Amino acid sequence: MKRLLAFFADPTERLLAQIGPALWWLVVFFALPLGIMVVISLAQRGPYGIVQYHWGWDAYVQAAEAGARAAAAQAEEGAPVEVTPVPDRAGWARYVFQNYLRAFDQLYIPIYVRSIGFALITTVLCLLLGYPIAYFIAIKAPERLRSALLILVVIPFWTSFLVRTYAWILILRSDGLINRALMALGLPSQQLLYNDFAVLVGLVYGELPFMILPLYASIQKLDVSLLEAAQDLGATPRQAFFRVTVPLTRPGILAGVIFVFIPSIGAFVIPDLMGGSRSIMVGNLIQNQFLFTRDLPFGSAVCFLLTALVLVVLFGNALVAGEEWEEHP
Amino acid sequence: MSTRATWTDRLLQAEALFIYLFLWIPIVVLVAFSFNSSRQVVVWEHASLHWYEVLAKDAVLLGALERSLWVAFLTTVLAILIGTPAALALARREFRGKGAMSRLVDLPLVIPEIVMASSMVICFGLVGIRLSMTTVVIAHVAFSVSYLIITVRARLAGFDRSLEEAAMDLGANELTTFFRVTLPLILPGIISGALLVFTLSLDDYVITSFVAGVGSTTLPLQIYAMVKQGISPEINAVSTVLLALTITLVAISHLLQRRAH
Repeated sequence: MKRLLAFFADPTERLLAQIGPALWWLVVFFALPLGIMVVISLAQRGPYGIVQYHWGWDAYVQAAEAGARAAAAQAEEGAPVEVTPVPDRAGWARYVFQNYLRAFDQLYIPIYVRSIGFALITTVLCLLLGYPIAYFIAIKAPERLRSALLILVVIPFWTSFLVRTYAWILILRSDGLINRALMALGLPSQQLLYNDFAVLVGLVYGELPFMILPLYASIQKLDVSLLEAAQDLGATPRQAFFRVTVPLTRPGILAGVIFVFIPSIGAFVIPDLMGGSRSIMVGNLIQNQFLFTRDLPFGSAVCFLLTALVLVVLFGNALVAGEEWEEHP
Repeated sequence: MSTRATWTDRLLQAEALFIYLFLWIPIVVLVAFSFNSSRQVVVWEHASLHWYEVLAKDAVLLGALERSLWVAFLTTVLAILIGTPAALALARREFRGKGAMSRLVDLPLVIPEIVMASSMVICFGLVGIRLSMTTVVIAHVAFSVSYLIITVRARLAGFDRSLEEAAMDLGANELTTFFRVTLPLILPGIISGALLVFTLSLDDYVITSFVAGVGSTTLPLQIYAMVKQGISPEINAVSTVLLALTITLVAISHLLQRRAH
């Protein structure tokens, strides 16, 4: 026992013992894999999906010459000849970063646009839908009911992700609840599933609590007397809302926007189960590369781009929120 | 107050009601139709526990449930063991690299799951580790320990050290002080964090789908496979069971935290 105590007597050793295991786990199983993935993103897919590393100048020249030979062979068949690239530094850079160049191919741009678009629409919808109810619970509802009202918002979220998605499939499919109700009323059935609409419904449904809770936290701190003062000074309720309430609840709005936007761009299950083949998002593209095409380097490159986007958004948010800090210390 | 104020109040109430309906109708549909005898999920026949009987005899699904619970349990225990000391150190001590470690802890919360999943499967493949329950637990701890650290750390934010100092003044050594004063006081935070980790692990699909080997099918993976095949009231039944389980866990944690005070 005394030896155990003696071991932990030295503050530095004790610190290492405290943070060591967690630090080790996060570095080895989280940070390191990410780093390795960046390295792999610069490799190429070999036969049967193995990863091949061709970074050397020689490898590049070989590939360029092979490309030139292929172009020459095409010329013999009468096809137009492409200008053979002279091996140079810029070409080498293009060769090494080919996965990233390919990631911006026309084929994939619509997927990125859709992912960002969906994330933006989801965020805006969540904000528009979430603010009134957050306001209602924080300010209009009787105080004793507030916890209960909040819990009622959160409980649906305690169902597993998949389960929630499945429930919406039950409701939206061609012979699901809504369409059966429509048909019973003599109305034509609608295509509500396996399209963009379904994905948006799924995304908004899943992310709404993440918007309502931070909004509530922020609105709850609002000093109602400020609103009364605004009204005394002649402001209409609308003016009071947009010029007093909204600016004061900005931290909550920002937090909610971040909590909704970031998971939405990386969404995978919802577009997979509810989106059909025409509504794929970045997450599905990545999974496709890893599970079916087995092009690990290319998938890694797309992963890196997605992560970069997320970090940029976070950085932007930090800047905006940071400004806040200086205005209202 | 003018009548205009009541008008907006009514509007707010209506909107709130609409949102509650939006949030709850899928849940009600899920649970209600699990008690439907018909194979066609949303066509009500009559009330019956038939699909729960099917669930009880479904060895594949029950096996997946058992594996999920086991993984969640192991993940939670490991997360508590390595996360609590780290949270203590981060909350109370100053050291070189603290900022960096703090940011490292925050990262798993923002990196998209699909990215984490891909990177982990690459690494396991590279090192030659076969995918199995072990890799699932490793991955689960990696992505969820941050939640525990952050929860406990937040709990420590307003921590009053005078109690610890008093204990030591009364003659207790560091270890005793830790176990008999500090630990009980941060226990609510640990319970919250543990519950969060347990739920996250139980529910996880994306990361698990990448790092689980054959024979390591967890419940979300099994449900996913079933949903891909088509709808079935059995899925309703297992979903209702899961929901009941989660609500119970949260209720217990809530009660435990109340009693801790």
